[in-house]
Amino acid sequence: MEPLNAIAGNSRSRGGVLDAATAARFEQTALPHLDAAYTLARHLLRNEQDAEDAVQEAFLRAIRHFDGYRGGDMRAWVLTIVRRSCYTWLRRHRGERETTEFDETIHHAPAAVEDPEAQALHGALREALAQAIAELPVEFREVVVLRDVQGLSYGEIAEVVGIPIGTVMSRLSRARQRLQRALPIEDYRRN
Amino acid sequence: MSCDALSDKLTGYLDGELAPRDVEEVEVHLRRCVTCGARVERERRLRRAVQTELTPLQAPEPLRARLRTAIQSEVTPARRRWVPAWAAAAAALVIGLAGGWRLASRQGERGPASTLAMEVVAGHVRSLQERHLTDIESSEHHTVKPWFAGRLDFSPPVPDFAARGYPLAGGRLDYLGERQVAALVYRRRQHVINLFVWPSAAPAAAASSASERGYHVVSGTAGGMTYWAVSDLNAAELGQFAQLVANELHGGSAGS
Repeated sequence: MEPLNAIAGNSRSRGGVLDAATAARFEQTALPHLDAAYTLARHLLRNEQDAEDAVQEAFLRAIRHFDGYRGGDMRAWVLTIVRRSCYTWLRRHRGERETTEFDETIHHAPAAVEDPEAQALHGALREALAQAIAELPVEFREVVVLRDVQGLSYGEIAEVVGIPIGTVMSRLSRARQRLQRALPIEDYRRN
Repeated sequence: MSCDALSDKLTGYLDGELAPRDVEEVEVHLRRCVTCGARVERERRLRRAVQTELTPLQAPEPLRARLRTAIQSEVTPARRRWVPAWAAAAAALVIGLAGGWRLASRQGERGPASTLAMEVVAGHVRSLQERHLTDIESSEHHTVKPWFAGRLDFSPPVPDFAARGYPLAGGRLDYLGERQVAALVYRRRQHVINLFVWPSAAPAAAASSASERGYHVVSGTAGGMTYWAVSDLNAAELGQFAQLVANELHGGSAGS
């Protein structure tokens, strides 16, 4: 990914593209979705640094297209742009990361558990789930993340991914089937 | 309806995303099909496990901060057609002179330093005459300095002299000769000071002052930077300003 400065500097010779009011509006409406953007990028690219780069590039793109944004779901709009940045990166680096990279932070995301024994069980389950999701083909992985991690509706997922709602449903169904085959049912039970 | 044909809809049913007509179809089937009932139950447990164990991530604070800076750096009108009120008098004075101030290009008769002095004054006058004083208008060093990143091939010092009575007004890109330079705009009462800086390999040199077309010019080299300050401000105060600049550059803040 290009460093942030290069992206900011090389698209025009002088001056910027926003007035202060629009920039403030962007910061108020788009920046709240940074966590969601980062979450999606982390799951798609499976690497912290790559995800940061993709999110930076996506938000710069979003700023520059903000004038053309005509309302609607801001979170879906941001995620659409982030997803596109991630796929661009994936195409560019096809073959470099064929094996699943063990992304430590996803596997150790904080959980609100006080019992240490339960925590150990939770940790193992979380790691197993994260690993199984990371090993899903990306088109299955993204619908699981968007639905079960980030809680988007089928309609919102359809908008972000650019597929019909019926395809969202069938892809999600097949993705969850794959996850169940990777993790037998006993693993979901908690004491 | 066979179990296979309903497979996708079972997911939609579980997620509450089915149209009412399809919901009814699924419920009719589930009443008589234990296999599909078990499948729905397994999927419900998997879904709950994912929702519980894989919480959304938080973007790192440095990323958030970088994005805020990036948003700010996009906020710059390409050309401003006005000068701030405090600079209006200085701009009016320039306009009032014979319209179309021209830089005399008698390079053969003067040494390079004089030519540069003429260019510096021309740049100063142009900034007022064209009403293009700043690309980034802010009195905050923390806003102006990062604005230059990615726009210049060096990082200019942007000192804060507000406490000494020379507040920062902003900055812009400018050209002197073939070189792109930083132009920092400071105020002294109603006077505009343009401070041009760019990196120099020349050894540190004491400030020299001159007068060009009624403007005062002070220049020097310090801390790896060459600086030229130009203003209609009186020579004594401009010299004081230049001394502040030199001290700042000597102090090693250049490029920080």
